[in-house]
Amino acid sequence: MKFTIQVNEGPYQHQSADSAYFFAKAALEKGHEIYRIFFYHDGVNNGTRLTTPPQDDRNVVARWSELALEHGLDMVLCVAAAQRRGIVDDGEAQRNGKDATNIAPGFRISGLGQLIEGGVQSDRLVVFGD
Amino acid sequence: MAEQIKKFMYINRKAPYGTIYAWEALEVVLIGAAFEQDVSVTFMDDGVYQLVKGQDTSGIGMKNFSPTYAALGDFEITKIYVEKESLEERGLTLDDLQHLVWEDEDEDWAEKDSIRLVSRAELGEVLAGQDVLFNF
Repeated sequence: MKFTIQVNEGPYQHQSADSAYFFAKAALEKGHEIYRIFFYHDGVNNGTRLTTPPQDDRNVVARWSELALEHGLDMVLCVAAAQRRGIVDDGEAQRNGKDATNIAPGFRISGLGQLIEGGVQSDRLVVFGD
Repeated sequence: MAEQIKKFMYINRKAPYGTIYAWEALEVVLIGAAFEQDVSVTFMDDGVYQLVKGQDTSGIGMKNFSPTYAALGDFEITKIYVEKESLEERGLTLDDLQHLVWEDEDEDWAEKDSIRLVSRAELGEVLAGQDVLFNF
Protein backbone atom coordinates (compact mmCIF):
# COMPACT_ATOMS: atom_id res chain seq x y z
CA MET A 1 0.00 0.00 0.00
CA LYS A 2 1.12 3.54 -0.72
CA PHE A 3 1.04 5.94 2.24
CA THR A 4 1.39 9.66 2.75
CA ILE A 5 2.00 10.56 6.39
CA GLN A 6 1.16 13.94 7.87
CA VAL A 7 2.86 14.96 11.13
CA ASN A 8 1.18 17.84 12.92
CA GLU A 9 3.14 18.08 16.17
CA GLY A 10 6.69 18.91 17.14
CA PRO A 11 9.18 16.52 18.75
CA TYR A 12 9.31 15.86 22.52
CA GLN A 13 6.27 18.06 23.29
CA HIS A 14 3.97 15.48 21.80
CA GLN A 15 4.07 11.76 21.06
CA SER A 16 2.77 12.27 17.52
CA ALA A 17 6.26 12.63 16.11
CA ASP A 18 7.32 9.34 17.74
CA SER A 19 4.18 7.51 16.65
CA ALA A 20 4.55 8.75 13.07
CA TYR A 21 8.16 7.61 13.02
CA PHE A 22 7.33 4.13 14.31
CA PHE A 23 4.44 3.87 11.86
CA ALA A 24 6.67 4.84 8.94
CA LYS A 25 9.39 2.43 10.01
CA ALA A 26 6.94 -0.44 10.46
CA ALA A 27 5.24 0.26 7.13
CA LEU A 28 8.59 0.18 5.32
CA GLU A 29 9.59 -3.04 7.09
CA LYS A 30 6.34 -4.63 5.91
CA GLY A 31 7.15 -3.68 2.34
CA HIS A 32 4.75 -0.78 1.98
CA GLU A 33 5.64 2.37 0.07
CA ILE A 34 5.79 5.81 1.65
CA TYR A 35 5.03 8.38 -1.00
CA ARG A 36 5.76 11.35 1.23
CA ILE A 37 5.97 12.48 4.85
CA PHE A 38 4.57 15.98 5.23
CA PHE A 39 5.27 18.04 8.35
CA TYR A 40 2.75 20.71 9.23
CA HIS A 41 1.90 23.02 12.16
CA ASP A 42 4.57 22.54 14.87
CA GLY A 43 5.49 19.34 13.07
CA VAL A 44 8.02 21.37 11.07
CA ASN A 45 10.15 21.42 14.24
CA ASN A 46 10.96 17.79 13.48
CA GLY A 47 13.24 19.17 10.77
CA THR A 48 15.75 21.38 12.61
CA ARG A 49 19.25 19.96 12.88
CA LEU A 50 19.95 22.28 15.84
CA THR A 51 17.97 20.01 18.14
CA THR A 52 20.16 18.78 21.00
CA PRO A 53 18.31 16.36 23.26
CA PRO A 54 19.97 14.92 26.40
CA GLN A 55 22.27 12.02 25.56
CA ASP A 56 20.12 9.46 27.34
CA ASP A 57 17.03 10.38 25.28
CA ARG A 58 16.08 9.53 21.70
CA ASN A 59 17.08 12.00 19.00
CA VAL A 60 13.81 12.49 17.10
CA VAL A 61 15.29 14.64 14.36
CA ALA A 62 18.33 12.48 13.71
CA ARG A 63 16.08 9.43 13.66
CA TRP A 64 13.98 10.96 10.87
CA SER A 65 17.10 11.92 8.92
CA GLU A 66 18.51 8.40 9.16
CA LEU A 67 15.21 6.85 8.04
CA ALA A 68 14.97 9.24 5.11
CA LEU A 69 18.52 8.59 3.94
CA GLU A 70 18.19 4.84 4.35
CA HIS A 71 14.95 4.58 2.38
CA GLY A 72 15.16 7.63 0.12
CA LEU A 73 12.06 9.13 1.74
CA ASP A 74 10.57 12.41 0.58
CA MET A 75 10.19 14.42 3.80
CA VAL A 76 8.64 17.84 3.28
CA LEU A 77 8.30 20.74 5.70
CA CYS A 78 5.47 23.12 4.84
CA VAL A 79 7.02 26.42 3.79
CA ALA A 80 4.40 28.67 5.43
CA ALA A 81 4.53 26.72 8.70
CA ALA A 82 8.35 26.63 8.56
CA GLN A 83 8.62 30.38 7.99
CA ARG A 84 6.44 31.08 11.03
CA ARG A 85 8.58 28.81 13.19
CA GLY A 86 12.04 29.66 11.89
CA ILE A 87 12.98 26.52 9.99
CA VAL A 88 15.28 27.65 7.19
CA ASP A 89 17.09 26.08 4.25
CA ASP A 90 19.48 27.80 1.82
CA GLY A 91 16.69 28.97 -0.49
CA GLU A 92 14.59 30.35 2.34
CA ALA A 93 17.61 32.08 3.91
CA GLN A 94 18.31 33.82 0.64
CA ARG A 95 14.68 34.73 -0.08
CA ASN A 96 13.98 36.10 3.38
CA GLY A 97 17.37 37.58 4.17
CA LYS A 98 18.19 35.25 7.06
CA ASP A 99 21.76 34.78 8.29
CA ALA A 100 21.55 31.05 9.03
CA THR A 101 19.96 27.78 8.06
CA ASN A 102 18.89 24.93 10.32
CA ILE A 103 17.16 22.34 8.14
CA ALA A 104 18.17 18.78 8.97
CA PRO A 105 19.47 16.25 6.39
CA GLY A 106 16.77 14.40 4.48
CA PHE A 107 14.19 17.21 4.75
CA ARG A 108 13.15 19.76 2.16
CA ILE A 109 10.88 22.81 2.34
CA SER A 110 7.96 23.09 -0.06
CA GLY A 111 4.33 24.14 -0.35
CA LEU A 112 1.05 22.80 0.96
CA GLY A 113 0.31 21.50 -2.51
CA GLN A 114 2.70 18.67 -1.68
CA LEU A 115 0.33 17.54 1.07
CA ILE A 116 -2.71 17.67 -1.20
CA GLU A 117 -0.80 15.81 -3.89
CA GLY A 118 0.09 13.18 -1.29
CA GLY A 119 -3.62 12.72 -0.59
CA VAL A 120 -4.33 12.37 -4.30
CA GLN A 121 -1.49 9.99 -5.12
CA SER A 122 -1.56 7.68 -2.08
CA ASP A 123 -3.87 4.88 -1.05
CA ARG A 124 -4.01 6.25 2.49
CA LEU A 125 -3.28 9.58 4.14
CA VAL A 126 -2.40 8.95 7.78
CA VAL A 127 -2.45 11.99 10.09
CA PHE A 128 -0.54 12.08 13.38
CA GLY A 129 -1.63 14.83 15.75
CA ASP A 130 -4.20 15.80 18.32
CA MET B 1 -1.19 8.49 -14.10
CA ALA B 2 -4.68 9.53 -15.16
CA GLU B 3 -6.11 12.52 -13.40
CA GLN B 4 -8.25 11.21 -10.58
CA ILE B 5 -10.91 12.94 -8.53
CA LYS B 6 -11.04 11.96 -4.88
CA LYS B 7 -13.44 12.96 -2.16
CA PHE B 8 -11.45 15.19 0.16
CA MET B 9 -12.82 16.09 3.58
CA TYR B 10 -11.21 18.67 5.83
CA ILE B 11 -12.33 18.24 9.45
CA ASN B 12 -12.04 21.23 11.76
CA ARG B 13 -12.32 20.34 15.44
CA LYS B 14 -10.63 23.15 17.31
CA ALA B 15 -11.52 26.69 18.40
CA PRO B 16 -10.12 29.43 16.18
CA TYR B 17 -7.50 31.34 18.20
CA GLY B 18 -6.28 29.31 21.18
CA THR B 19 -4.06 27.32 18.84
CA ILE B 20 -3.02 27.81 15.22
CA TYR B 21 -4.73 24.66 13.93
CA ALA B 22 -7.84 26.41 12.61
CA TRP B 23 -5.93 29.06 10.67
CA GLU B 24 -3.38 26.67 9.20
CA ALA B 25 -6.19 24.24 8.34
CA LEU B 26 -7.93 27.00 6.40
CA GLU B 27 -4.68 27.58 4.50
CA VAL B 28 -4.68 23.91 3.48
CA VAL B 29 -8.30 24.14 2.32
CA LEU B 30 -7.57 27.20 0.19
CA ILE B 31 -4.45 25.69 -1.40
CA GLY B 32 -6.22 22.38 -1.89
CA ALA B 33 -9.02 24.11 -3.80
CA ALA B 34 -6.65 24.48 -6.73
CA PHE B 35 -6.37 20.70 -7.11
CA GLU B 36 -9.90 20.17 -8.44
CA GLN B 37 -10.87 17.41 -6.06
CA ASP B 38 -14.37 16.83 -4.68
CA VAL B 39 -13.93 18.91 -1.53
CA SER B 40 -16.04 19.08 1.63
CA VAL B 41 -15.33 20.77 4.94
CA THR B 42 -16.63 19.77 8.37
CA PHE B 43 -16.88 21.83 11.55
CA MET B 44 -17.42 19.80 14.71
CA ASP B 45 -16.52 19.87 18.41
CA ASP B 46 -14.95 23.27 19.27
CA GLY B 47 -14.38 23.71 15.53
CA VAL B 48 -17.92 25.11 15.24
CA TYR B 49 -16.61 28.26 16.97
CA GLN B 50 -14.57 28.97 13.82
CA LEU B 51 -17.76 29.94 12.00
CA VAL B 52 -19.31 32.10 14.72
CA LYS B 53 -20.15 35.50 13.26
CA GLY B 54 -19.02 38.83 14.64
CA GLN B 55 -15.57 37.68 15.75
CA ASP B 56 -13.41 40.47 17.19
CA THR B 57 -9.76 39.67 17.89
CA SER B 58 -8.65 43.20 18.75
CA GLY B 59 -8.21 42.24 22.40
CA ILE B 60 -5.81 39.37 21.73
CA GLY B 61 -3.60 40.92 19.05
CA MET B 62 -4.25 38.19 16.51
CA LYS B 63 -5.46 38.41 12.95
CA ASN B 64 -9.21 37.84 12.59
CA PHE B 65 -9.25 35.32 9.76
CA SER B 66 -12.96 34.53 10.03
CA PRO B 67 -13.94 36.67 6.99
CA THR B 68 -11.98 34.20 4.87
CA TYR B 69 -14.63 31.51 5.41
CA ALA B 70 -17.06 33.63 3.41
CA ALA B 71 -14.71 33.27 0.43
CA LEU B 72 -14.88 29.47 0.39
CA GLY B 73 -17.80 29.62 -2.05
CA ASP B 74 -15.61 31.52 -4.51
CA PHE B 75 -13.13 28.65 -4.31
CA GLU B 76 -15.95 26.29 -5.33
CA ILE B 77 -16.11 24.79 -1.86
CA THR B 78 -19.84 24.40 -1.50
CA LYS B 79 -20.30 21.52 0.95
CA ILE B 80 -19.75 22.69 4.51
CA TYR B 81 -21.00 20.28 7.16
CA VAL B 82 -21.72 21.52 10.68
CA GLU B 83 -22.47 18.96 13.36
CA LYS B 84 -25.74 19.69 15.12
CA GLU B 85 -24.78 18.16 18.47
CA SER B 86 -21.57 20.20 18.60
CA LEU B 87 -23.60 23.40 18.22
CA GLU B 88 -26.15 22.34 20.82
CA GLU B 89 -23.53 21.29 23.36
CA ARG B 90 -22.12 24.81 23.15
CA GLY B 91 -25.43 26.65 23.29
CA LEU B 92 -25.13 27.74 19.67
CA THR B 93 -27.61 27.65 16.79
CA LEU B 94 -27.19 28.10 13.05
CA ASP B 95 -28.13 31.78 13.55
CA ASP B 96 -24.92 32.30 15.51
CA LEU B 97 -22.82 31.28 12.50
CA GLN B 98 -21.84 33.20 9.41
CA HIS B 99 -24.24 32.76 6.51
CA LEU B 100 -22.00 31.03 3.98
CA VAL B 101 -23.18 30.82 0.39
CA TRP B 102 -22.01 29.81 -3.06
CA GLU B 103 -23.21 30.80 -6.51
CA ASP B 104 -24.51 28.03 -8.75
CA GLU B 105 -23.18 28.54 -12.24
CA ASP B 106 -25.75 26.11 -13.65
CA GLU B 107 -28.69 28.06 -12.26
CA ASP B 108 -27.84 31.57 -13.39
CA TRP B 109 -25.53 32.09 -10.42
CA ALA B 110 -28.29 31.55 -7.91
CA GLU B 111 -27.03 31.98 -4.37
CA LYS B 112 -27.23 28.78 -2.33
CA ASP B 113 -26.46 27.92 1.27
CA SER B 114 -23.15 26.15 1.79
CA ILE B 115 -23.77 24.99 5.34
CA ARG B 116 -25.42 21.61 5.82
CA LEU B 117 -26.52 21.02 9.38
CA VAL B 118 -26.12 17.30 10.08
CA SER B 119 -26.52 15.07 13.10
CA ARG B 120 -23.57 13.15 14.53
CA ALA B 121 -24.90 9.96 12.96
CA GLU B 122 -25.38 11.59 9.55
CA LEU B 123 -21.90 13.09 9.71
CA GLY B 124 -20.52 9.64 10.42
CA GLU B 125 -22.01 8.43 7.17
CA VAL B 126 -20.65 11.41 5.27
CA LEU B 127 -17.16 10.78 6.64
CA ALA B 128 -17.37 7.08 5.83
CA GLY B 129 -18.00 7.99 2.19
CA GLN B 130 -14.83 10.05 1.81
CA ASP B 131 -11.52 9.01 0.26
CA VAL B 132 -9.17 11.31 2.16
CA LEU B 133 -9.73 12.82 5.62
CA PHE B 134 -7.62 15.79 6.69
CA ASN B 135 -8.01 16.12 10.42
CA PHE B 136 -7.26 19.42 12.16
